[in-house]
Amino acid sequence: MTVKPLAMTETSEIDAIDRQIIAATQSGLPLSRNPYHDIARQLDLDVNDVLQRMQNMLDNGIIRRIGVIPNHYKLGYKSNGMSVWNIPEEKISQLGKLVGALDFVSHCYQRPRFLPEWPYNLFAMVHGKTHDEVIEKVATIAALLGDDNRGHKILFSTKILKKTGLRIR
Amino acid sequence: MTVESIGHNETRQYKTELIQQLLNEFQHDFPLSATPYADIASKLGVTEQTVIDLLSELNDQKILSRVGAVFRPNRVGASTLAAMAVPEHKLEEVADIISSYPAVNHNYEREHHFNLWFVATAENVEQLNAILADMEQKTEIRILSLPMEKDYHIDLGFPLQLIQGGHHD
Repeated sequence: MTVKPLAMTETSEIDAIDRQIIAATQSGLPLSRNPYHDIARQLDLDVNDVLQRMQNMLDNGIIRRIGVIPNHYKLGYKSNGMSVWNIPEEKISQLGKLVGALDFVSHCYQRPRFLPEWPYNLFAMVHGKTHDEVIEKVATIAALLGDDNRGHKILFSTKILKKTGLRIR
Repeated sequence: MTVESIGHNETRQYKTELIQQLLNEFQHDFPLSATPYADIASKLGVTEQTVIDLLSELNDQKILSRVGAVFRPNRVGASTLAAMAVPEHKLEEVADIISSYPAVNHNYEREHHFNLWFVATAENVEQLNAILADMEQKTEIRILSLPMEKDYHIDLGFPLQLIQGGHHD
């Protein structure tokens, strides 16, 4: 049980003020007329500084997107299947991109294997309104991967035990 | 038009369509401007107040997770997906222990030999490893740590279908 250096932080790209902005916005922007002004006031910053820094974080990928984030579960997307795939190392980059581009896949990550009990190195989270819809979508992925799929599983969630937004200090 | 005026039969369909547009079309590219809700309103052809009221209503109903940024994992701090194979009779007890850590923001029970899956986040890898080691000691169960090695997902949000038999785009 060790975390590989690959998961190292890349905090050099952001400074203390960026961190403050992240901390102040991570649970959501205010639903007020001038939400960024509110954040700026709270942090004693200029609003243009806040906007510029958020734009920079978007540009360098620290922020993936800013948007309206729905609660899928509440909207009827009650089934989520974590599909896991055993993909040959030399093919994973190409096939990972293929799976990651599917619109019903919400996360697509390469992760380390843990042999012998965990041979799966590609994780694709699939959401659906029903169990069957998820199974159907996973079958679509399997068809796409063909012989390069050396085995896969769907791990359905049976219970959400905890779910909160990202937290940093 | 205000939210108060919506809710009559003839306008309910319109409101659902407006909500669907808000939830689907603004999962990314939420404006980084002084008045983001007014910008959205002008794109939808409604008033700023309507957008704010609708989002507030969705927020109160927990249909919104939030309006805000989605951060790229592993850029801000260090995180990992961790799995445990917990004997059925100990599952609740172990899940409670894991969820009690502030570092844990997602914790799911899943159908597999590895039946407890959680995401742990810390400020750096050393802290993260210390937390996982502490969990192993407290629960006396080994933890598989599967940190992300590569992200293949192009994150544009997730298409939602709210209207029965409606279009899906």
